[in-house]
Amino acid sequence: MPKDEQGIGASTKRREDIRFLTGDGNYTDDINLRGQAHVVFLRSQVAHGRLRGIDPAAAEAMPGVIRVFTAKDFESAGGLPCGWQVTDRHGQPMKEPKHPILAEGKVRHVGEPIAAVVADTLEQARDAAEAVIPDIEELPAVTNPKDAASDASLVHDEIGTNLCYDWGFVEDNKAKVDAAFEAADHVTTLELVNNRLVPNAMEPRVSIGDYSRGTGEHTLYTTSQNPHVIRLLMGAFVLGIPEHKLRVVAPDVGGGFGSKIFHYAEEAFCTFAAKAINRPVKWTCQRGESFVSDAHGRDHVTKIELALDKDGLFQAIRTDTYANMGAYLSTFAPSVPTWLHGTLMAGNYRTPLIYVNVKATFTNTVPVDAYRGAGRPEATYQLERVIDKAAREMGIDPIEIRRRNFVTEFPYATPVAVEYDTGDYHATMDKVLEIADAAGFEKRREASAKKGLLRGFGINAYIEACGIAPSNLVGQLGARAGLYESATVRVNATGGVVVMTGSHSHGQGHETTFAQVIADMIGIDADQVDVVHGDTANTPMGMGTYGSRSIAVGGSAMVRAAGKVIDKAKKIAAHLMECSPEDIELKDGKFSVAGTDKSVAWGDVTLAAYVPHNYPLEEMEPGLEETAFYDPANFTYPAGAYACEVEVDPETGKVTLCSFAAADDFGNVINPMIVDGQVHGGIGQGAGQALMEAAAYDATGQLVTGSYMDYTMPRADDLPYYAVDHSCQTPCTHNPLGVKGCGEAGAIASPPTIVNAVVDALQRGGHGHVTHIDMPLTPLRVWQAIHQR
Amino acid sequence: MTKVSMTVNGKPATAEAKGNTLLVDYLREGLGLTGTHVGCDTSQCGACVVHVDGEAVKACSIFALEAEGAEITTIEGMAAPDGTLSAIQQAFQDYHGLQCGFCTPGMVMSAAALLKENPRPSEQEVRDYLEGNLCRCTGYHNIVRAIMAASGQESAVAAE
Amino acid sequence: MYAFDLARPTSVADALKALQEEDAQPLAGGQTLVPTLKARLAAPSTLVSLRGISEMQGVCHDDQGRIHIGAATTHAAVEREVAKDYPGLAALAGQIGDPAVRNRGTIGGSLANNDPSACYPAAALGSGATIVTNAREIPADDFFEGMFTTVLEEDELIFSVRFPVPKVSAYAKFAQPASRFALTGVFVAQFDDGVRVAVTGASEDGVFRWSEAEDALGRDFSADAVAGLSVPAEGMIGDLHGTPEYRAHLVGVMTRRAVAAAG
Repeated sequence: MPKDEQGIGASTKRREDIRFLTGDGNYTDDINLRGQAHVVFLRSQVAHGRLRGIDPAAAEAMPGVIRVFTAKDFESAGGLPCGWQVTDRHGQPMKEPKHPILAEGKVRHVGEPIAAVVADTLEQARDAAEAVIPDIEELPAVTNPKDAASDASLVHDEIGTNLCYDWGFVEDNKAKVDAAFEAADHVTTLELVNNRLVPNAMEPRVSIGDYSRGTGEHTLYTTSQNPHVIRLLMGAFVLGIPEHKLRVVAPDVGGGFGSKIFHYAEEAFCTFAAKAINRPVKWTCQRGESFVSDAHGRDHVTKIELALDKDGLFQAIRTDTYANMGAYLSTFAPSVPTWLHGTLMAGNYRTPLIYVNVKATFTNTVPVDAYRGAGRPEATYQLERVIDKAAREMGIDPIEIRRRNFVTEFPYATPVAVEYDTGDYHATMDKVLEIADAAGFEKRREASAKKGLLRGFGINAYIEACGIAPSNLVGQLGARAGLYESATVRVNATGGVVVMTGSHSHGQGHETTFAQVIADMIGIDADQVDVVHGDTANTPMGMGTYGSRSIAVGGSAMVRAAGKVIDKAKKIAAHLMECSPEDIELKDGKFSVAGTDKSVAWGDVTLAAYVPHNYPLEEMEPGLEETAFYDPANFTYPAGAYACEVEVDPETGKVTLCSFAAADDFGNVINPMIVDGQVHGGIGQGAGQALMEAAAYDATGQLVTGSYMDYTMPRADDLPYYAVDHSCQTPCTHNPLGVKGCGEAGAIASPPTIVNAVVDALQRGGHGHVTHIDMPLTPLRVWQAIHQR
Repeated sequence: MTKVSMTVNGKPATAEAKGNTLLVDYLREGLGLTGTHVGCDTSQCGACVVHVDGEAVKACSIFALEAEGAEITTIEGMAAPDGTLSAIQQAFQDYHGLQCGFCTPGMVMSAAALLKENPRPSEQEVRDYLEGNLCRCTGYHNIVRAIMAASGQESAVAAE
Repeated sequence: MYAFDLARPTSVADALKALQEEDAQPLAGGQTLVPTLKARLAAPSTLVSLRGISEMQGVCHDDQGRIHIGAATTHAAVEREVAKDYPGLAALAGQIGDPAVRNRGTIGGSLANNDPSACYPAAALGSGATIVTNAREIPADDFFEGMFTTVLEEDELIFSVRFPVPKVSAYAKFAQPASRFALTGVFVAQFDDGVRVAVTGASEDGVFRWSEAEDALGRDFSADAVAGLSVPAEGMIGDLHGTPEYRAHLVGVMTRRAVAAAG
């Protein structure tokens, strides 16, 4: 195969597709262990209540029931740990109430597990779970993060407040920001809600615990984006199992989008119960159960103000956000409204002064944590919406106002503590206007008008911080983990390569792209490279896949390890050819001596490494295998500009997304086909957030959108083809591949683009009173906005 | 429990089933054909679509006993016996019509049913036909392109 | 699911016999019933599958030009088989659920269930169809009794549905975005002796006829004729997807669109 079809920059077809297209995938639910028992969790039907007692006796007497577990079985276990500690504006640590595996004393959200029934068969466990009747004294529920701040009903009595933390960023900017608002020529204010979402990876979560009495080893098979993180958190903080006695396997995983980062109660339960009953224990989540047990995303209530001078130049930004933490702190929840949100409030613009306020509160809802974009969609949405509103108020074209304020010189230190290494925001704006055919909009608008439809054009620019991130920095910010990534590159005697990476692939195509990089570095066929991931037993300690970090951090670790392998191989080649290693060049799978026609093949060197007959044994060990840990020097900063067109049916309020264009700068790109796919998927989810999806709670804390009957998932006929482009490339300056990450851009940048387009359509269509509608822009909401005067 | 037989992917198959055994559980647990997936409990996601007597059916919404004696095709039966992918499967790979792969079996089975009914569908017809198949990864773009290409309309997707 | 037996009779007589058993329940296409069973919201002792009863399958015509549809006929079969003779009904059948659901779901099951957001009740009521059971013939006007309720007796089984064919007809459906059931759906049919307008999805009482619109359209079958009419919001369903006011508004919009489509 010619090299240009498989190396860096080639749209190599995915090798993982064959198993998924033929039914040969191995998802966790496809695994069945001999003698396994099944667990069904009894989950709270009420949002808030005092748990006065549970009587498992009737259930325990039912056919097939092995044991019923309640909180008292977990007295020796820890709570589910939170991996990020935020410090508030007064220097105090956030409130961190215990997150028990099974409810203790109180139930705090609908869906919280109260008891676990383990039986021989799933149906027996379900039958018996119905016979466990908890005695619950119902208490008033609070679901809205702003309402919770009044402390009228306390979610956690022992901490005496619903406020988890009150965070100001950057605290030193506050007085200067206030002064800038006093002096501004124009101030635009917008109050908005960033709607709560349910991640809805198509594969529901599954966990299987297994325990070997012979070896004392626990194995957990689970649907995770980061098996090592689960091993560390569950082993060290919850169950007290040392890592060498705990193996976590995340086989094929059917999508994550953040929801499978976190350590969940069911994982700890299955691991614990397998030892307790001396049988494997399997839990398969039903979709209805996943709606009330998978961590949700977003749920911010925000007021943002933008101060401008008379030319539309941004002078200052001030925000006030209430962020919903849910009933307990999920693994990385506190970081989302703070460091992943506040640090992005500068966007692509030269705003000199920014002050971000965030109050995070506990409510009687499912815990909220990172969902595709995590904090950055919330930042981008409020910023890009308020800019659009300001442009309209000041009579400046929304594209022009953005261009006037773009950062153009790099590196650029923002007033919110991050430094953009590189970028070209005018280039992506130019590109998106071209691929969106902005010039042809007016003609299309007239055609829509003839059908009685209001057409609008939406524009947006975005930046995100990916490749999370330097461990020492995130440590200062409260992370209780390092955020490096690791890789081992093992070369076999006959020249084949196995890469063992800590990054997990659950749709991103690492098995293909990581192999492309190695094939490129060595000059061998990509088929000679295998990528292994997802099993703590055969991969080095890794932090996993989230925050668009796999190629930027995991890929960098792999490049470093491969670099070490190549350095050693060159020494072996130099020995074989009796020259100095400095004179050796590796190209197309061949080591040659510069300036001569002498060469040895890759396979000759790898064979020599393992059959070291002619080998410098006194200088080097045999073998060819290296490990590297890569800890990034900075975040990466993907950025770009998005545009879309919508049609609004003013009679029904229905919005049709007619076209969508995305121009992204991801730096260098390994596999353009896969990058396109990542952007497509992000846009699909972003369109879902903008137009359809909402996790809605009623006043009593019941989730009223608890199934696909009421929670609107985007379908094929809701969405158009997308025009995507990533030809504007300013490579990252601080990682070896010059890559930035592409997984979240679509989800971050598309919601404001779409809302901007709908408001534009209504403004142009004679409904000038509509300056904002909260997402999702359902037909009902758009119709109500049109008729609300 | 009774023994229930049907023809699955061209071969006779028998496994035990109760009155309330769903076809999808019969396939996954009874026959070990785990390519057919379960992604919801309200008959909406379509990850479980198989063909029953040539028609696309959600295997989570019929009972195994209802399919006794029927001809069933699952994702495991779509490739040729020598492993060569069908045109639809190949197009899904060529056009990157899958990411995590979980919805893929249902997508392929629905696409096959569509192309049997309507060998050269329009883009809108493809989108409409996929109403009962949810995908969370692809934004559907490349799934639609793959099905258009599999129907011999590569030129229609080249521009997209 | 709770445990139950599954009976598979091949004749109506055997089906009726099987239904005599305590807590036995008919199983038509199962596209609503199976998810209900999975949620443990029903606990039948026996499910009696109607799928194998050939006399309940298929579409035929009588000498008065009426269309008879067997109760166990799937939505897909109706869509296919009445496309030429009753295109309004075929189009409605083609908008129910999704293709895989239409390959299993049946007209009899849909009418017996009488989901207030289902499409078929609008077609039956809007056509003035007759529901033929093992015991009697029930005009659609008398059949529906509010949400999930009909006049069917415990051991009564829908055998077929008889549709008179209108001169022109159309169904305009505004889908609930998540479930794709009708948030409001209006079936309009023009006969020689008048116009029928049936509305589903909107009312707390289930499918209903909008007589004011029928009168107006009887005089002038045009979208303009109903432009000034509206139904009161009182009694309309209010939920996350639509307030009573919104649904009342949609009744007007969808009626006009159905009339325009029927043209």
